[in-house]
Amino acid sequence: MSLIEVRDLRRDFVVRRRTGRFSRTRDVVTAVRDVSFSVEAGEMVGYIGPNGAGKSTTIKMLTGILVPTSGHVEVAGVDPSRHRTALARRIGVVFGQRSSLWWDLPLRDSFDLLARLHDLPRARYRENLGRFADLLDLTALLDTPVRQLSLGQRMRGEITAALLHDPDVLYLDEPTIGLDVVSKARLRAFLRELNAERGTTLLLTTHDLGDIEALCDRVVLIDHGSLAFDGPLTSVQALAGATRTLVVDLAEPGPPIDVPGARTTRVDGPRQWLSFPADASAAPVIAAVAAGYAVADLSLQEPDVEQVIARLYEGRG
Amino acid sequence: MRAYAGLAGVWVRASWTYRTSFWLLLASSFAMNAIEFVSVLFVFANVPDLGGFGLREVAFLYGTTGVSMAVANLLVSGVEDLGRAIRTGTLDQMLVRPVPLLVQVCTERFALRRVGRLLQAVAVLMWACWWLTWTPLTVGLTVLTLVCGSVLFFCLFVLVSSLQFWTTDAAEAANAFTYGGNTLTQYPLTIYPGGLVKALTFVVPVAFVNWYPSLLVLGRTDASDLPGWAGYLSPVAAAGLALVTGIVWRAGVRHYRSTGS
Repeated sequence: MSLIEVRDLRRDFVVRRRTGRFSRTRDVVTAVRDVSFSVEAGEMVGYIGPNGAGKSTTIKMLTGILVPTSGHVEVAGVDPSRHRTALARRIGVVFGQRSSLWWDLPLRDSFDLLARLHDLPRARYRENLGRFADLLDLTALLDTPVRQLSLGQRMRGEITAALLHDPDVLYLDEPTIGLDVVSKARLRAFLRELNAERGTTLLLTTHDLGDIEALCDRVVLIDHGSLAFDGPLTSVQALAGATRTLVVDLAEPGPPIDVPGARTTRVDGPRQWLSFPADASAAPVIAAVAAGYAVADLSLQEPDVEQVIARLYEGRG
Repeated sequence: MRAYAGLAGVWVRASWTYRTSFWLLLASSFAMNAIEFVSVLFVFANVPDLGGFGLREVAFLYGTTGVSMAVANLLVSGVEDLGRAIRTGTLDQMLVRPVPLLVQVCTERFALRRVGRLLQAVAVLMWACWWLTWTPLTVGLTVLTLVCGSVLFFCLFVLVSSLQFWTTDAAEAANAFTYGGNTLTQYPLTIYPGGLVKALTFVVPVAFVNWYPSLLVLGRTDASDLPGWAGYLSPVAAAGLALVTGIVWRAGVRHYRSTGS
């Protein structure tokens, strides 16, 4: 029996549009169309797709927030929308853009309250909190009100909050969005360890290829509501042809930059975009640019999931 | 219950960090309602009775509906903001916690300052009770009135707020029934046209919040068209409204879960 079982899952939304003063039309939009997959306990799965592909809708059906239009969902042996509160004890959910913590309270008070809502035995709560706070480097921040935390600190707090009750499944919706490189790396290391140590199943949606590379043995790709790919994603596959982009702000507008190992793809006033293979080091490119041009600022853009998706489609076509 | 206390406690502690403003809000909530009762006193400075009821009797009606309203209003703190919870996605967070949704919605932004309204209503009720002669029956009936009245207003708040599952801006229209029902029942219903009294009895049963049972306590069953035992029917009215509220709330949650995005 798989931990997550999804069969022919479909979700329609009715959109009412005004077409005249009194007339309205009723359009049915299918957000998720006949999607099937299953996840075994202990797997780490990346659930990816372009914006509006139906990722969040699927996650909401897996947590019981939304009722499917048709099809079958089972998580930890129960139908999520029917047994929502019972399921809530067995899953942890982190919506990257929303907070489950109480804004004005110190982190510790939020955790205390969540433990109470979950009827967590005192001893287990203390043990879990101690462990997660230690691993996620939150111990010194426990008495800080949530509103004073940085985004990275808050995200670590959210993840602790979602894990206090030892859930079997952890859903992560864009967990690393907006985090700096160090915070991302730390978070990924923590999630790997969690999975290895407790066997927690991870289902994450992300736009960050790095998350998938670091965490997921398997990728489920959804596009326009339908399943487009389900399988292991090796880094060769992901990175073949994928590019990183170096954004260069020159002191003043000039001709396209010409350095070995990179190609200028766009020029807009003093700002230029250089792309180079994702598996190559950025250091020589940056050094060459800095040596040959008057540079005001530099930033590096990692390849994102959209590129991988394009790659997967090319591979199939 | 433990979950309710825990969640409400969060907001109490949060408001406690701004102590001065908490006391000011509490005092202003007390004062606003006190002024309302002063206007009743002014009416009685000009007329000897209202619809056949004297000042002390009106004060009893005012106090019973006031206490019921204040208790319900305090307990449902967050329900009026259901629309906001839906728009901001807070409701999604609530749906993945192992606590009944209604408990979470009610305790959202729990407003302890509303105790100000309660204190004022209790003061008026105490004053009105001072003049009455009490028997065990009337004491029991008064307590029952306050309990049923609170339940009725509580349900009414939840019922009209559940409409926000369908139209997120229904909060204003909702107030007509809740706060409006409170205002109407502050006076003897004999001053209203018969049609309105029927509506308040059978459609939106706020007449059972205080009017019918109070007639028994005050010994004034002569003032109503219904027989005196109608005063014992408040629990029935409260149970009926609770049932309807439960059904509508569930339907609303179900509807949200099928349209929310």
